Amino acid sequence: MQIAARHLEKITIFDVSGDIDLATSPELRKALLRELREARAPRVVLNLKQVRYIDSSGVASLVEGLKASRDVGSRFVLFGLNKTIREVLQLSKLLRIFEVYDDEEQAVAP
Amino acid sequence: MNRGSLLLRMELRSNPEMLCVVRNALGQLAQTLGFPEPECRAVVLAVDEALTNIIRHAYGGEAERPIEATFRHIRAPQDGENRDALEIVLEDRGVTVDPKRLCGRALEDVRPGGLGLHFIRESMDTVEFRRRIGRNQLRLVKFLHVTGPPRSS
Repeated sequence: MQIAARHLEKITIFDVSGDIDLATSPELRKALLRELREARAPRVVLNLKQVRYIDSSGVASLVEGLKASRDVGSRFVLFGLNKTIREVLQLSKLLRIFEVYDDEEQAVAP
Repeated sequence: MNRGSLLLRMELRSNPEMLCVVRNALGQLAQTLGFPEPECRAVVLAVDEALTNIIRHAYGGEAERPIEATFRHIRAPQDGENRDALEIVLEDRGVTVDPKRLCGRALEDVRPGGLGLHFIRESMDTVEFRRRIGRNQLRLVKFLHVTGPPRSS
């Protein structure tokens, strides 16, 4: 898994690629929590277009990101979910709790 | 007892870095057996989650402990007839699994963790745990509902 951060005004966008699993999810969790709790980014957007796979530990990292965003009053947004990612989030019954968009334009819109 | 035909046996270390290797091999195997794409993804997810549970709970995160994974093509009864199926047996030598920890959690409870077993149960037709001669054994079965010969690669 690789994570690259970029900034669009006050929005932080993480471009994630590869597999999010037990081996890699701690890195994602750390990046999300740092940006939300320490940098206090008002909106953190996760680009999942290039993510091939996510497991329960990856879903747990997303839930932690969402909870941290609620704690600090910021927005946590996902976009670019492929069939595999969507299936896993649906199976977890957690898809509905996330703010999900199809593309980046929608995800960064005011 | 007919144990079916052996397709693949893997001897792994409990290293999370190995999970992607197993996923890739199993995805190919399920595809070769003729499972439709969504079922290939389901089998891969179930085995990945089961291995994750072994690494985290049976071995407490230790990365060099042994795990054996055996994949067989079996015929087993389902809905009154014998069907082709993929049987996966995962064995570890870790601590005894506490049945309470295998209950998963209520999905209404929005918090990290506790999803793995839910994913396994939703993805497979049979999920059986047992402790046998100092080993934890998890048996997973996925029935093949597609007719026609397996696809060649």
